Amino acid sequence: MRLTLRIWRQPGPDADGAMTTYEVDGIAPEMSFLEMLDTLNERLITEGEDPVAFDHDCREGICGACGMVINGRAHGPERTTTCQLHMRHFADGDTVDVEPWRAAAFPVVRDLVVDRSAFDRIIGAGGYVTVPTGSAPEAHATPVPKPAADTAFEHAECIGCGACVAACPNGSAMLFTSAKVVHLNVLPQGAPERESRVLDMVGQMDAEGFGGCTNTGECAVACPKGIPLPSIAAMNREFLRAARKAPR
Amino acid sequence: MRWCRPTVADMALATRAVPRPSTLATLWRSTIGKKTVMAVTGVVMLLFLVAHMLGNLKIFFGAGDYNAYASWLRTIGEPALHHGWFLWIMRVGLVASVAGHVVSAWQLSRRDLAARPTAYVHRRPRASYATRTMRWGGVILALFIVWHILDLTTLTVNPRAEPGHPYENVVADFHNWYADVIYLVAMLALGLHIRHGFRSAAQTLGAVTRRGDRAFRIAGNVLALVLTAGFVAVPVSVMTGVLN
Amino acid sequence: MTSYLDYSVGEPIADTRAPEGPVGDRWDRRRFTAKLVNPANRRAHTVIVVGTGLAGGAAGATLAEQGYRVTQFCYQDSPRRAHSIAAQGGINAAKNYRNDGDSVHRLFYDTVKGGDFRARESNVHRLAEVSVQIIDQCVAQGVPFAREYGGLLDTRSFGGVQVSRTFYARGQTGQQLLLGAYQALSRQIAAGAVEMHPRTEMLDLIVIDGRARGIVARDLVTGRISTHFADAVVLATGGYGNVFHLSTNAKNSNATAIWRAHRRGAYFANPCFTQIHPTCIPRSGDHQSKLTLMSESLRNDGRIWVPKAKGDRRPPGEIPQAERDYYLERIYPAFGNLVPRDIASRAAKNVCDEGRGVGPGGQGVYLDFADAIARMGREKVAEKYGNLFEMYERITAEDPYRVPMRIYPAIHYTMGGLWVDYDLRTTIPGLFAIGEANFSDHGANRLGASALMQGLADGYFVLPCTINDYLARQPRDEVDPAHPAVTEAVTRTTGRLDRLLAVDGDRTPESFHRELGQLLWEHCGMARDDAGLRKALERIPALREEFWQRVKVPGTGERLNQQLEKANRIVDHLELAELMCLDALHRTESCGGHFREESRTPEGEAARKDEEFGYVAAWEFTGDGAAPVLHKEDLVFEYVHPTQRSYA
Ligand SMILES: Cc1cc2nc3c(=O)[nH]c(=O)nc-3n(C[C@H](O)[C@H](O)[C@H](O)COP(=O)(O)OP(=O)(O)OC[C@H]3O[C@@H](n4cnc5c(N)ncnc54)[C@H](O)[C@@H]3O)c2cc1C
Ligand code: HEM
Ligand code: HEM
Ligand code: SF4
Ligand code: F3S
Ligand code: FES
Repeated sequence: MRLTLRIWRQPGPDADGAMTTYEVDGIAPEMSFLEMLDTLNERLITEGEDPVAFDHDCREGICGACGMVINGRAHGPERTTTCQLHMRHFADGDTVDVEPWRAAAFPVVRDLVVDRSAFDRIIGAGGYVTVPTGSAPEAHATPVPKPAADTAFEHAECIGCGACVAACPNGSAMLFTSAKVVHLNVLPQGAPERESRVLDMVGQMDAEGFGGCTNTGECAVACPKGIPLPSIAAMNREFLRAARKAPR
Repeated sequence: MRWCRPTVADMALATRAVPRPSTLATLWRSTIGKKTVMAVTGVVMLLFLVAHMLGNLKIFFGAGDYNAYASWLRTIGEPALHHGWFLWIMRVGLVASVAGHVVSAWQLSRRDLAARPTAYVHRRPRASYATRTMRWGGVILALFIVWHILDLTTLTVNPRAEPGHPYENVVADFHNWYADVIYLVAMLALGLHIRHGFRSAAQTLGAVTRRGDRAFRIAGNVLALVLTAGFVAVPVSVMTGVLN
Repeated sequence: MTSYLDYSVGEPIADTRAPEGPVGDRWDRRRFTAKLVNPANRRAHTVIVVGTGLAGGAAGATLAEQGYRVTQFCYQDSPRRAHSIAAQGGINAAKNYRNDGDSVHRLFYDTVKGGDFRARESNVHRLAEVSVQIIDQCVAQGVPFAREYGGLLDTRSFGGVQVSRTFYARGQTGQQLLLGAYQALSRQIAAGAVEMHPRTEMLDLIVIDGRARGIVARDLVTGRISTHFADAVVLATGGYGNVFHLSTNAKNSNATAIWRAHRRGAYFANPCFTQIHPTCIPRSGDHQSKLTLMSESLRNDGRIWVPKAKGDRRPPGEIPQAERDYYLERIYPAFGNLVPRDIASRAAKNVCDEGRGVGPGGQGVYLDFADAIARMGREKVAEKYGNLFEMYERITAEDPYRVPMRIYPAIHYTMGGLWVDYDLRTTIPGLFAIGEANFSDHGANRLGASALMQGLADGYFVLPCTINDYLARQPRDEVDPAHPAVTEAVTRTTGRLDRLLAVDGDRTPESFHRELGQLLWEHCGMARDDAGLRKALERIPALREEFWQRVKVPGTGERLNQQLEKANRIVDHLELAELMCLDALHRTESCGGHFREESRTPEGEAARKDEEFGYVAAWEFTGDGAAPVLHKEDLVFEYVHPTQRSYA
């Protein structure tokens, strides 16, 4: 398979970037998208050019490190992570545009690598249960109704990849933040910090320079883990509830 | 625009030592809170429009009924309220709503645009047309409201401008091609605005659940359709000669 | 230059820190005899934690909660992405919620036996004791473990154990546990108690006056080399399975931190103990960059077979029953498809070596669900394995409901690692190793769902206790940044990076990694023999030589340069590989994951030699090109008596 790639190349955070065209040949349909880029990079190295930088680690769709916008879609045409996207979804002769996540809160580090540390700070602001090691009660002391456990799990599946931000026309982090807020707020273990958690996480989310949500819904369509759009509504509910209660 | 940019350390402290801001401050400073303002004001305007549309439809019962209805509007609440007071109270509420809605929309839109400083070279939006045109639709609606008030409330730009005779004013209006265009475009914008806005408000206010999502989408579409059709019926009827 | 084969045997080592007495009392005693640091003084102590996986994340959070100042590192952009996130199956704990006869003692017993009697009894017992607290801790953090309708925790059985003691969160247990630790860590980072350095790689250890006092690290974004000082250094940098190039480990997992520590004096224990997982998706071609694990549970219902005839290229559906070889059922009638990991892996290799493998390159065997679907119906199969089938289909584009899956063994876990005593101290005072980075409590073979348990036990409960004792006994003094040892470590690091950039050869780093991996897989993989290991030991130094002459690393070291990172890791892989082969060569017995062709029972199964090899092999580095020194730590079994495993 032969492809024309147009890849965003940007040497550093403050440098200008541009789309650069590369031809790649001999692409097998079994390759993952990242393996296809590996192939390109191997060639660039031997030709003495700088290989394309991109984040990746687990390469099995769970660490959330990888991510690029492929032909205008975060993580590409399939609903999965970039590392789990295979070349069989492209056709011989295709032109493929590859760009980094674009958001003010995710500055480009180099080429397709962006800085997503804003997510870590959102978690640090309240995405936890305060339970110092050793202070935990016996696990069965608090039964958790199965529906709550299932909802928590479904939201905890978020891999923090940032595709939601990349897909959102406002560069909003609402889906990511709501995934964490809902995960912890539906559990009895998360109840004591229910209000402060959502207020602080939303406060940090805003402080990081993410856009607001206009309920566009692109985020949930791009999310490789299927975090549902109504999670945002659930977070809004929590936020409004907390805003009413907290000052007292 | 960047409001409140606390550092992480501030946040950690804020959760403990510093008292939290009031409910209103919390709302107005956050994106979700501002969005809530939009949703609430949007719903208020929506309720007004439903009533307004139903009232407008009385036009099909003839000039007498319609004009009587208009003057009845001024008697609502009597004798507790003086003549016309209800209308003024409503106007104040509406102006506040429009103001709140527009200011929030303006601030949030600036922020949203700043959050994506570099556009994608390859753009392929999946969102519906209605969703993507909310901001322009809003601007059209704002301009329309100004025009509409000058036209039918203050009668400044109305071709007939007979106070107390709304039926005649309306009919006279829609004999003008440009008025027809203005109204039809505005009604279309309204329909699109509500098509997205209704479900959007439900999500902002936290009413959407996984099960209820579809119902809200359907309700939004029905509402958009009914309102647009209900409003459009008037100019179209005049244009086609059904009303005269 | 002396040959690696000329290694010498040095002083034996005794793990002096395990207390005497009944095995069940030892951890209590140790905790009681440990000196404590006054809570008010803890702020004055800094601890460096390298790694944010289950072990490192848990340790960093806990130490900070105790009041220490923590400086922490990971090479990923976020601590949440550590390789632990990929663990699927579950975590063991002796809770006995099922009332099925489980107990701390049984978990202890199973682990020692499962490790083929190459682990320490006192450590394993402690692990089993602490396992119970781990579940409590994680549940309180909000880890969404699977639950029953009554709201209580669900468990399942795993890896052929007879009790149901594995807690799980669908197929994402590692992710959920790691997020729990990461959240606790994030809280401490936000509170300023942990200074977190993501995208920063440790490249050397700073040892001053015999004590580990800091690290040299490289900021992967700016390329800046920095030094960080502390009163103790904890390595939680994971396993070294990636020496094999293709493994189920994350692509960037590496041995750099532990190898550099080894070069600075920390003994490396049992490097040849590597675990191979039988059910992975086979490679699809030369472009393959890593391998994906398919849960072991598939073997409960799938039947494994290959064609009877060599080179039979017919599609599986066209091969009649009579021409199929259900080899596991044939060779091990009692256990059939459910034989342990190592046995299933070797059998697959054997049939493929005979030329009967299937799929591209003949490196695969069928795992067939046709019978299961006929027996249970498609719905039932989908209910049990639906998500795995989906994942398989996504990767291979083959529908396992219609065509048998193809699977092949792959490197999965490393039991070897830095030698540590009962307190998790390495042989360098002040240097601790936790999680997969140490030669862990799993002996020669790890049981399923036990690595997560060990990582969290080390990080939440063991290290935070034992490190107190070390810190309380040290004089408190500042490190002089101009100390010659510091300058030497920095110069060595920059020198090496400069050298890598200067070679400017004609081969990519990846090509060397691939070649090394193939070599190791062939000679130090599922089955090892004298001739093969000697060949590898001859070839590795030559490859290393070639690497330093022909590698091409583009760009500069002053900014994000992923090829430089990779090349730098491969340098360590090239060195560690040699030690692995030497260790495998010297251990002429078969045990656990280490199978020597020469040491078999009459039935052809692995045969241990307890008399000769009932020890931990701890290797000491003696200099570049110099042969290492072997220190033996004898293993004593008071409670679990060694027996030979048999599955026929
Ligand atoms: C696919 C797969 C499935 C598994 N499933 C299970 C299971 O079901 N049950 C089970 O018990 N076990 C399982 N395991 C094993 C288990 O996941 C690992 O053994 C365990 O997670 C290791 O944790 P760790 O904290 O020691 O290291 P890791 O999670 O590997 O973390 C290493 C950390 O060190 C950092 N690091 C490494 N080198 C450096 C450096 N030089 N400088 C700075 N930072 C560095 C990394 O950034 C990372 O943060 C599985 C393993 C794999 C590969
Ligand atoms: C006629 C009256 C109007 C009605 C009934 C109305 C209604 C609504 C509703 C219900 C929403 C959804 C709120 C939410 O998402 O939570 C909304 C959103 C919005 N409105 Fe209006 N609105 C009106 C006029 C305007 C005007 C005059 C503007 C203009 C400037 C405007 C601009 C917007 C914008 C920008 C949004 C957000 C877009 C989004 O949610 O995607 N609207 N409107
Ligand atoms: C074709 C459709 C419409 C017709 C025929 C119509 C007619 C009228 C008339 C006759 C009045 C004056 C009532 C009175 O003063 O007694 C009026 C007022 C008003 N209309 Fe409409 N209208 C239409 C659509 C709309 C739309 C779409 C909106 C909003 C987006 C709107 C908003 C208003 C407002 C805000 C007032 C002012 C109320 C007041 O202050 O008294 N109208 N309309
Ligand atoms: S919500 Fe989905 S898209 Fe967003 S970070 Fe989480 S997994 Fe990625
Ligand atoms: S796409 Fe963006 S606007 Fe909201 S619904 Fe998703 S965050
Ligand atoms: S590399 Fe881990 S999710 Fe893609």
